[in-house]
Amino acid sequence: MSVARKKYATPVSKPAREIDEHIVEILSDSGEGAQKCGQSFGAISARLGYGIWTVEIIPAEIQPPARSVDGASGNRIRLANRRITNGGDKADLAVAFNEQVLLGRLRANELKPESIILLEDKWRHSDDPAIAESYVAVHADLLERGFAVHEVPMETECLKIVSDPRKGKNMFVLGLLSSIYSLDVEAAHDQIRFIFGKKGELVIAANQKLLDAGYQWAEDNLDIKFKIQATPPVEPNIVVNGNTALALGVMASGMEVCAMYPITPATSASHYLSDVFEKVGGVVHQAEDEIAAAAFAVGSSYAGKCAVTITSGPGYSLKQEVLGLAVMAEIPLVVIDVQRGGPSTGQPTKPEQGDLLTACFGSHGDAPKVVMAASDIEDCFYSVITARRIAEAFNTVVVLLSDSNLATAQQPFPRPEFCEEWLAPPIDQSPVDEDYLPYDWNARTGQRRRVIPGQPNGMHTLTGLAHDRRSGVAYNLQTNKEGIRYRSLKLAALQKTIKAPTVLGDDEGEMLVIGWGSTRGSIEEAVQRVRADGHRVSSMHIKILQPLASGIREIMQRFDKVLVVENNWADSMDDELIDEDNRRYSNLGWILRARCLVDIDCWGEVGEQPIKPGTVERVIRERLG
Amino acid sequence: MTVRATEFLRRAGAPQHSLEDYAGCLPRWCTGCGDNAILAAVQKVCREEQLPPEKIVFVSGIGCSSRFPHYMGSYGFHGLHGRALPIAEGIKMRRPDLHVFVNTGDGDCCSIGAAHWVHATRYNMNMTVMMHDNNIYGLTKNQASPTSPRGTRSNTTPRGSLLEAFDPLQATLGFSNLSFVAQVPDWIPDLLFQVIHEAHKHRGFSFIRILQRCPEFQANRWEPCMQDPSSVLILTHENGVQLSPVLARAYKNHQEHDPADLVEARRIVGTSEQLPVGIIYRNPNVPCYEDMRKPDRLYTPEDVKNGLNAELDKFTIWPRD
Repeated sequence: MSVARKKYATPVSKPAREIDEHIVEILSDSGEGAQKCGQSFGAISARLGYGIWTVEIIPAEIQPPARSVDGASGNRIRLANRRITNGGDKADLAVAFNEQVLLGRLRANELKPESIILLEDKWRHSDDPAIAESYVAVHADLLERGFAVHEVPMETECLKIVSDPRKGKNMFVLGLLSSIYSLDVEAAHDQIRFIFGKKGELVIAANQKLLDAGYQWAEDNLDIKFKIQATPPVEPNIVVNGNTALALGVMASGMEVCAMYPITPATSASHYLSDVFEKVGGVVHQAEDEIAAAAFAVGSSYAGKCAVTITSGPGYSLKQEVLGLAVMAEIPLVVIDVQRGGPSTGQPTKPEQGDLLTACFGSHGDAPKVVMAASDIEDCFYSVITARRIAEAFNTVVVLLSDSNLATAQQPFPRPEFCEEWLAPPIDQSPVDEDYLPYDWNARTGQRRRVIPGQPNGMHTLTGLAHDRRSGVAYNLQTNKEGIRYRSLKLAALQKTIKAPTVLGDDEGEMLVIGWGSTRGSIEEAVQRVRADGHRVSSMHIKILQPLASGIREIMQRFDKVLVVENNWADSMDDELIDEDNRRYSNLGWILRARCLVDIDCWGEVGEQPIKPGTVERVIRERLG
Repeated sequence: MTVRATEFLRRAGAPQHSLEDYAGCLPRWCTGCGDNAILAAVQKVCREEQLPPEKIVFVSGIGCSSRFPHYMGSYGFHGLHGRALPIAEGIKMRRPDLHVFVNTGDGDCCSIGAAHWVHATRYNMNMTVMMHDNNIYGLTKNQASPTSPRGTRSNTTPRGSLLEAFDPLQATLGFSNLSFVAQVPDWIPDLLFQVIHEAHKHRGFSFIRILQRCPEFQANRWEPCMQDPSSVLILTHENGVQLSPVLARAYKNHQEHDPADLVEARRIVGTSEQLPVGIIYRNPNVPCYEDMRKPDRLYTPEDVKNGLNAELDKFTIWPRD
């Protein structure tokens, strides 16, 4: 083994073409390990100092039929010589374990016209004539269309090393990619040791052997070699997906209780938290339903243990009544909504930012809540900490929006340094004065001191009914109005502490593009591209969506046009029936128009994939006219 | 022998809590409503146990029953229709020092919140749950509830309800991980006190179905039982309720029932011609969810830091030398 490792660690002299970036897709049937291959490729690249962003390609079913167009499972890795903030446009290279999964990506128009395709060739020799025929036809068609197709005998090569190639092909492919992108094989070996560490030396050795075989096969048979300049990191970085970052944020925030109910694509955050939360004294409670999860969290927060509930759109809807209670009774609560395609069951694994209006205006009656969104993986981590602090400082509900784009995407970010301020200060549990009022609303800010069960003299009954300062049921309109006013004032008090968002690019110009949440990377990249052509376009990202900071209107007024870009529905003015009187704007479009009285335009897309920078770029150019 | 903390304080001459300490706002239930009797019994139990009012939380849903916390001098949480149990679970989860009581009604518990009831039983968290069963929706003004007898005329069943009544006792005796089930009417104060007291002392999820009079919308519902003591079967046991000589004279139907016997409990509830009253089932050995999930020690900010850093280590890419 050591001989083999030495051999591959030596840089191979085959000439490599210098490039700035490449987008790679690894596609297989479900269960063939393409995702593990992609994640490993991403992790190795990050370790070596490339900018990366990885996107999971997930079929809707756990085990979709083999060799099906819709069943592609895998990963997209965008690899670059600089920091990357999104999954990019079309892929430059695809590795496919069968031709059908590749067809799905081609139909979705996810590959560049002349991209490189590495195709498992075993299907050419299939005993099933229909399969062999399909393979041959697709292969010929790919060549015809100008793709650089390379057939790779993945299975044949893997069988030389392992008896079940389904369990090894992915590491063989990792070897192929290591050769193609001139990656250090030692780093790949380390990664294998990291992944299979618990499974013992035999498994590690077998997988390293598969990797070496893939590497060598590429060296011997492929005339493709790229070199992307890496900037080896000088500081430690974290590589996790958005959901893991959320869970780490929950740990770091000092919250003790997470109550949840399984729902895609939020659940993996709770999976991870279930595994590790107890190590910091926390507990994940899987409730019997979404309502119970929210109610459990409210109970826990009420008793002094600030809680989080993690869900996705349909679950978020179910929690609305409980959120109304938390607002009314002024109980701190963090609600994380990892959005997915909607409405209804919608597209559970696909990205969408369709819950913003529900987050801001959901529940019933006047139910002011704080709403914020995470924009990248690092932001997922820090946003939870901020959400908890706001929730406790203002005794209110804070909704943190993420989405399925961030949930499964990976991007390295600087390793957080724990800071004790992240934890809310312990609640003062000393006896309160005899004349204590549970709702001693501050006349200016609406804030109050919260007393929790166990504190002598603080006894009162908290209620979802309209109540007075003693928490007694309010039977008159005036008392009800007072409570509503103070709960609303708290948002204004918070708003006074929020800074106006910054503008990327010039402070004035032809167009301002506004976005929120996970589309930030694509929007900013698109804006940079059009700016490179001399257009005076800037972008602005809004992190806290309710309450909105002051100054947004003034920024917008300095631009000829304002365009909101979101991953949710907006009617197109090109549709015959749509006009200014009936057009339904995108989520943030509605909010900004109402808030700022500026006639802003919007563009929204609901699709299978995160919004691409190229798409935003096209829209900007169209709207610039 | 261990001495209960409250008992210790009492012996040590600590100030005693009187009934007034457990009184909150003046009850606004109707005259003759059975909820008043339940309130009196509960306050007596609190005094008997000398529970510090600041360590008690009454959690309720929505309905006549759920006004209960407002009338206690303790902490209270008047929550949402059907959701009292998950709120109570959240409170109890990390606050084992609190005495948690839940007041719920037949609509609250058996209808809109039924799923929570099934699972709360299974979690077996240490709390006392009183289901005030008046067989009708009272606060929303007279609609049939799941426990309304077939033929009940109400605003939603003007020609009489068509469905057989739901039997909460038979249902709960079928739930998994059961640890305490009792039934008691509100009109026998001695038994009501005994049952609530036993339920409170039981460590686990103590479910009491309280047959509750509603003079407004179910005026005659329990009248036959009240007029004819022979329609009631009192279940006694040395570890259950005991019959005073006075009650024993009035209630001729009483039998020994070992609350540990689940098969017998189901037989009685399923076949008895009379109304069974007393502790129907009790198993003190069912583990409590909050005990299983409690932290193994106190966690300081330093622990959070170390725990977080250990996790971050798993995902860290250190600069290469």
